[in-house]
Order: sequence, then structure tokens, then C-alpha cells
Amino acid sequence: MTEALTHTDFKSDIKPVWCPGCGDFGVVNALTKALAKMELRPENVAVVSGIGCSSRIPAYTTCYGFHGVHGRALAAGTGLKIARPDLTVIVTGGDGDGYSIGGNHFLHACRRNVDMTYIVMDNRVYGMTKGQASPTTEPDWDTKLSPDGTGLREFHPMVIALSAGANFIARAFTGDPNGLADVIVQAVRHPGFSFIEVLSPCVTFRPEQREWKKLVKPDAVKPTSDIARAARRMLRDTGFDLGVLYAGTRSPYAPRGPRAQRDVRELEARFAL
Amino acid sequence: MKQKLPRTVEQFMAYACAMEVEATERYAELGELMDTHHNREVAELFAKLARIEGKHRDQIMRRMGWATPPATSSFRWETPEGPETTDYGDLHYLMTPYHALKLAQHNERRAAEFFEHFAAAKLPAAVRESAAEMAAEEREHVRLIEEWLAKFPEPEPGWDEDPDPPAVAD
Repeated sequence: MTEALTHTDFKSDIKPVWCPGCGDFGVVNALTKALAKMELRPENVAVVSGIGCSSRIPAYTTCYGFHGVHGRALAAGTGLKIARPDLTVIVTGGDGDGYSIGGNHFLHACRRNVDMTYIVMDNRVYGMTKGQASPTTEPDWDTKLSPDGTGLREFHPMVIALSAGANFIARAFTGDPNGLADVIVQAVRHPGFSFIEVLSPCVTFRPEQREWKKLVKPDAVKPTSDIARAARRMLRDTGFDLGVLYAGTRSPYAPRGPRAQRDVRELEARFAL
Repeated sequence: MKQKLPRTVEQFMAYACAMEVEATERYAELGELMDTHHNREVAELFAKLARIEGKHRDQIMRRMGWATPPATSSFRWETPEGPETTDYGDLHYLMTPYHALKLAQHNERRAAEFFEHFAAAKLPAAVRESAAEMAAEEREHVRLIEEWLAKFPEPEPGWDEDPDPPAVAD
């Protein structure tokens, strides 16, 4: 019998360098709790990321990790899941990495519906590069870098994920690690591409986001598989309603035909390794 | 206060133990992260709070004859985290021991209220007695933290102003 693991077994010895007060601490906490709750083993989980503050997460877990190229975490995660369907693949990143640099990969990951989970820590700012507006930044966020705000309409990741074909869409908050852990468990267990938009305050460049804890509405929604209802919900909500907004019924992507049966060694023989 | 009511002393003490385990882990984690940010004074204070909470955890385990904390998979907090757990979002890299102790005071008060809730609930007498006992202990912790806090005057406004702020906007 294999010994049960606790969440601390999924935490590495590497200490996070995030700013004190950063929401991303709550994601590591929730992710490790979720993995323990699902009774997974670190060697059977891969955490893949791109670039940015939140993309440091793979180093902070004992799972296999891949800290990849900016915006390309979903591409790496997709390839990994197709090659190793036995692994639980968790892709992580921030709003800049996922919605700007990796925006096109986001669309097609939703469309492909490969069975993996994408956790985006959205703080509506590029934190690692010191405070530039990101795709989800409010148009009137007035800073020296964007005087009077960018004037640009925010990217709406949930609606875009829904229209592009994601099979599970949820919103969570880092100030509620236990609630986030529950959502991660549901996302991983749901077949296909699961997307979790996590409100993760950047207290350094967006100190006003400390107020998010007063704005969020826990368990505000219940899952629906009705895509039209989900779309109405996403378009009308305040942006702070937490819960699973959509749980669809699409079958996850699976390679088809004889090519899918090829042995890895046969494929490797075709490459100069 | 929402929380599924424990029906036995063992269930109740499992809650109490889980609360202390979470508080211990979080204080230790906060100590490490403040150390990473070279705020040594607050780092040491959080580490000390972790050791204190660890002793409370050990006391509960000894009392119950548990070699390890009971699995918490049978329940979950109805609040975002345990009643004595510091919210990650309440930290600031320039915070002082005063701020850290204010957080600890808040946590101890919440812990006391958590136990008082069970002490006043319609539960078996043995559970209510244990809850009242734990509530009294937490109230004593509040008093001790307040004594400790008296050694640190409240910082002047502007304590969080950094002469070299982490911003590129200059």
C-alpha cells in the first residue's frame, strides 16, 4: 500500500521570491492541497509554465516541472499531455503570459480541448517587469507608464475561453485557498481543457487589489453545461463571482488513426537526438 | 461562524489540532518569506509564533494520545482558511513587529471565537466543556499577545513608504 501524501509533500525546498502579500502564495498552497486530496503522486504530475512572477510555480512543487518560453506554456503542456497521457498536466501562468504573449495559444488550447488544467493567476498587471498594463488591466488605470490609462477595453478571458471551446471554466480567489483547492480538484477531474481564472492580487503594483477580498462572492454560481446560459453569466457578472461557471460535455482530444499508436522509439529514430 | 458541528470530543479536538497545524505551517512560511525579503526582525517573530503554535499542536496531540495529527480530509473549514491562519494578503514587505503581532492578536481572537461558538452550541456536554477549555486558553493567548504588543509602539503613518520603491515609473 502506498503511503498517503500530504500537501507538504508536494512543496519543494525552494522558497518563493514573491513579494509578501502576493496572491500567488495562495495558489501554491491550494495546488498542493488539491494534489494531495486527489491522492496523486508528484512523479505523476507535471507543472508547466511560461514566464512571469506566477510562472515560477513549477520550482515550488516537487512535481515534474517545465519553466518554459514566454506565452508558450500551453503549447508545451499540450505536447506533453499528448505524448504522456498518463500524466496529470497542470499549466500555470499569469495574465500577461497567457492572454497577451500566449493569447493565440490560449485560443487553440481551448479549441483543442486536450485533457489538462490551465491556472491563470490574474493580477491585471505585468509584475515581473515592474508594473505595465496587461490585457486585463482596467482602461482607466492611471500610471506614469500609461497616463490616464490605456483606454483599451479589457480582455475577457472567460468569455473567450467559452467561445473557443474550453470544457470547464471557473473563477477562484487566492484569498480562499481551500475554495481554490476544491476548484482545482474539479478542474483536473473534468475531462478536457479546464481553465481556472484566479484573482491573484499584486499588492506591490496594484495595492488597491487588497480590497478584492471584500469584493469576491464565494459560491456565487453553480456549474452549468448550457453554453448560452454560461455566456450570459460571464457577460453579466461583476468579475468577482466565484465558482464553476461552465462544465461542458465535449469529449477531450485524443490522437486518432494508426499514427497515434506509434512507439516513442520509432518516432525518436526519425530525429537526430 | 459556520462550521460543521463536532459530535465527539475526538472530532472536536481534530478541529483544534488542524487549526494549530495550519497556524504553525503558515507562520513558519511567513517567517521564511520575510527572511527572503531581508525583513529579519519580522521573520524571527513569525518563526517564534510558529514555534509557539507548534507547542499548542503538540499539547493537543499529547492530550489525545495521537502520534500524528489526524487526517483532516473528513472535514473542511467553512471559512476560507482555518480560524487561526494568517491571510497571505495581509503582509507587507516593510511591515514591523507591531503589524505582525496585530495579525497574531487577530488570529488568537478568531480562534477564541471559534471555540466559544462550539462551547455555546447544542452539543454533548463533554464537547462543550472541551470547547470552553480551549476558548479560555485562546483568550489567555490573546492576553499574552497584547502584553507582547505593548513593547512595540504603533509605527507612524508612512511606515510603508519606500524611498526606493519597486516601480519602474520614474
